[in-house]
Amino acid sequence: MSTHTPTPGRTAVVAARAAWSSVIREGETLTITDLHGNQAVDFLVYDAHDTAVRYSAPDTIHAQGNIFLTTGSVLLSNEHTPLMTVVDDQVGRHDTVGGACSKESNTLRYGHHTWSQHACVDNFLAEGSRHGLGKRDLVSNINWYMNVPVEKDGTLGIVDGISAPGLRLTLRAERDVLVLVSNCPQINNPCNGFDPTAVEMTIGAAG
Amino acid sequence: MATATTYGARDHARAQEGARAEAMPVVPAADWPAPPCEAGHLVWAETVAGGNYTHRVLARGTELRLTDLRGDACAHLLLFVADRPWERLNVADTVKVQWNAYLSEGRLLLSDQGRVLASVVADTSGRHDTLCGTSTLVRNTERYGDGTPQSPSPAGRELFKLAAAKNGLEPRDLPPSLSFFQGVEVQDDGSLDFTGSTGPGGSVTLRAEQHLTVLIANVPHPADPRPDYTSTPLEVLAWRAAPTPPGDPLWDATPEGRRAFLNTAEFLAARGLA
Repeated sequence: MSTHTPTPGRTAVVAARAAWSSVIREGETLTITDLHGNQAVDFLVYDAHDTAVRYSAPDTIHAQGNIFLTTGSVLLSNEHTPLMTVVDDQVGRHDTVGGACSKESNTLRYGHHTWSQHACVDNFLAEGSRHGLGKRDLVSNINWYMNVPVEKDGTLGIVDGISAPGLRLTLRAERDVLVLVSNCPQINNPCNGFDPTAVEMTIGAAG
Repeated sequence: MATATTYGARDHARAQEGARAEAMPVVPAADWPAPPCEAGHLVWAETVAGGNYTHRVLARGTELRLTDLRGDACAHLLLFVADRPWERLNVADTVKVQWNAYLSEGRLLLSDQGRVLASVVADTSGRHDTLCGTSTLVRNTERYGDGTPQSPSPAGRELFKLAAAKNGLEPRDLPPSLSFFQGVEVQDDGSLDFTGSTGPGGSVTLRAEQHLTVLIANVPHPADPRPDYTSTPLEVLAWRAAPTPPGDPLWDATPEGRRAFLNTAEFLAARGLA
């Protein structure tokens, strides 16, 4: 865990199913706490001064030669520049292959009966619109605390999580960034243990 | 030939007609020497140089065959619905919805709206990638000394920006791409093995299930470990055919795919497009 002193007033609890966003200044940290265990936190990050430069899952994956994110992973942009670095992780691995759930993809994954359920893409659209971001600005994201193994034959899927109540991870901003979060509302797979719960965001001063 | 005058310059330019290059479009496509379909059905016939790009708008039902002529092509692909480009290829949904990270015959390329953009109807390569995206100016400058479009080592993203601009799209319209002909495998610990090419002649055929804007960059895979920028020509052929119909084995191959076809059919029917 990093040793910063959290800035007073800069801790937020994100309610189950809700969205959150914040600018994190270069050098500041963002600590995400899985308060109740196995709660997927869908996450996108943009250059705060040029949001066309945004998180790239494929750049991050090919640069580190691994699909899982953990301590030491550098979150790269679509221009292959560092946006944030995972400086501490108490879980061990997180997903960046599976993307965000949406009302539309839920109809494929589970059936049309899920259409009225809330989903991460709607959170990203609603929260992103507060910052001038729209549908074109959504790209493959990170799913903190989500467990997506890939088998030898390529079979992949969201399986039971490996997180636990209170486990944290900390990111350091490598430039001024805008972070969008969807506290995942999915109830059709184990990414939230079938029970979406609150998570905590803490912004720490530059060390 | 004298080019000091407008007349001389005009004669000089016109004398080039009939010249051939290894990498060029054949216009009209029907003149392509060995069509894979009835010659009159070809709508696009082009050889794309290594380190270059192409793009086209294709009607629903068009089949698009990409061929790695010499074994070191890598076709990076992006798809957009032609008249509403905010609906576009979503690689994450493509792998998640179909429960598989790898592309092969029978797989669907899905949009972010729960619909099919294209289906993979033939594949003789089996070495493709949904995880690593394409190369960037920064990455290629580190690896090869340059990544600009005019350099000997253009980056895929730089070429995609050009192809996008010619279709009214901007860099923010470019999501993660997928690529054909250079494989990557995931190990148990999540690490990636670059398996490369199966050699010359591998091909993959896509069927457009909606009207599509297709962007293709032929550049080395970003995980290609070779120190030299290695990129050889890509053949691109497209011909008029038919979209996947209800009852086709592909339509019913998986419950997820069937619902994607149903969503697509209903959307197109409501728009009067099918």
